[in-house]
Amino acid sequence: MAAKLTPTPSQTVGPFFHIGLDRPEWGDLTRGNPTGERIAIEGRVLDGDGAPVPDAMIELWQANAAGRYNHPEDRQEDKPLDPNFRGFGRVATDAEGHFRVVTIKPGPVPGRGNALQAPHITLAVFARGMLIHLYTRIYFADDPRNAADPLLSAIEDAAIRGTLLARPAGAGNPPVWHFDIVLQGDNETAFLDI
Amino acid sequence: MTSDPSPYTRPRPGTQPPTLYPAYQSTVKRSPKRAPIRFEHTLSEVTGPSFADGWAGPEAADLTRQHQGSPLGERIIVQGRILDEDGRPVPGTLIELWQCNAAGRYHHPVDQHDAPLDPNFTGVGQIVTGADGFYRFLTIKPGAYPWRNTPNAWRPAHIHFGVFGPGFATRLVTQMYFPGDPLLAYDPIYQSTADAAARERLICAYDPELSEAEWALGYRFDMVLRGRAATPADPARGA
Repeated sequence: MAAKLTPTPSQTVGPFFHIGLDRPEWGDLTRGNPTGERIAIEGRVLDGDGAPVPDAMIELWQANAAGRYNHPEDRQEDKPLDPNFRGFGRVATDAEGHFRVVTIKPGPVPGRGNALQAPHITLAVFARGMLIHLYTRIYFADDPRNAADPLLSAIEDAAIRGTLLARPAGAGNPPVWHFDIVLQGDNETAFLDI
Repeated sequence: MTSDPSPYTRPRPGTQPPTLYPAYQSTVKRSPKRAPIRFEHTLSEVTGPSFADGWAGPEAADLTRQHQGSPLGERIIVQGRILDEDGRPVPGTLIELWQCNAAGRYHHPVDQHDAPLDPNFTGVGQIVTGADGFYRFLTIKPGAYPWRNTPNAWRPAHIHFGVFGPGFATRLVTQMYFPGDPLLAYDPIYQSTADAAARERLICAYDPELSEAEWALGYRFDMVLRGRAATPADPARGA
């Protein structure tokens, strides 16, 4: 096998990423009026002291309501693509470490083998003080499909598993789900090595 | 049933920075204590957003013509390709760029460095790579600036880049530095990657072939994204 090139190392986004990356409209994945149940996801990014992280950025990637990704490698021809849904979002935290995104609930997507993955959103978290972004996932606490999800099932500690669950937090329009991202400490989010 | 996706490679030890690097003090409270959970890539990781549909145009790649006048500073061309580990070009992917001005100040309210803002320079650009993974920006060389990591610490001149690549697993945010900068030896962000050859990837190369006479200096900067552990059955990725 030919020698591979070494990938370019990651470097922090730093404190001034907003000028290049923050596009507030990207925090609403429903701008194109896609099919599906509209939801808001709100939470905070917290550091190892429990202090809010005011210079973090979260990127989201998800399947559409039918459980299909808008990407050529998703060849689930039996599920429709939604021309009104790209599936990507981005939001920066505010001075109190808060973020809010509006999206639709994704459908379930295939896992490896014959497994089915429960509906989830993949996140990449960036901040000043983070040399490389961290990945995690948002699942939805009330979904019966969580019980058979390969990733959730592989996490034995219920408290750690619980850090991946967004919880209903009010009947707004759209309804709000709460999801905090704790970078370090007792309630540290389960991050994913992908 | 769909076949399992071919996974992306994992970085070799030392070729990416750690989450905790105490010399960069802000990592101390912003790095997880638990090891991340490793699992095999699924569709959720190998798919990712596409920006091939012209979200950025050529005008967004020229940072010197976004205002009425010309920005102050040394005009530079930054040109290169986005490649995967096997040297294959990554077409149709979005590159986002941001930087401070020639005096070392960002057009950002949080930046209170006592250096002048330049009314003719915002320091933001975007481009979508061509079929051969090619990109080219025209900008000005950013200045060095102080930061509060340690007393009298200075960041080497750098340009921030964000690149998506074909899947969410290939996402890269990085910084490009300039050859011969004496500040690199003292910069914990640059030094955080242990592997010297990987670190060198962060430094662009002066290339006289890219310089334009009486106009701008040319620098070459290729960025390499993770590749596949094995060739996927259908490597085609719509441009």
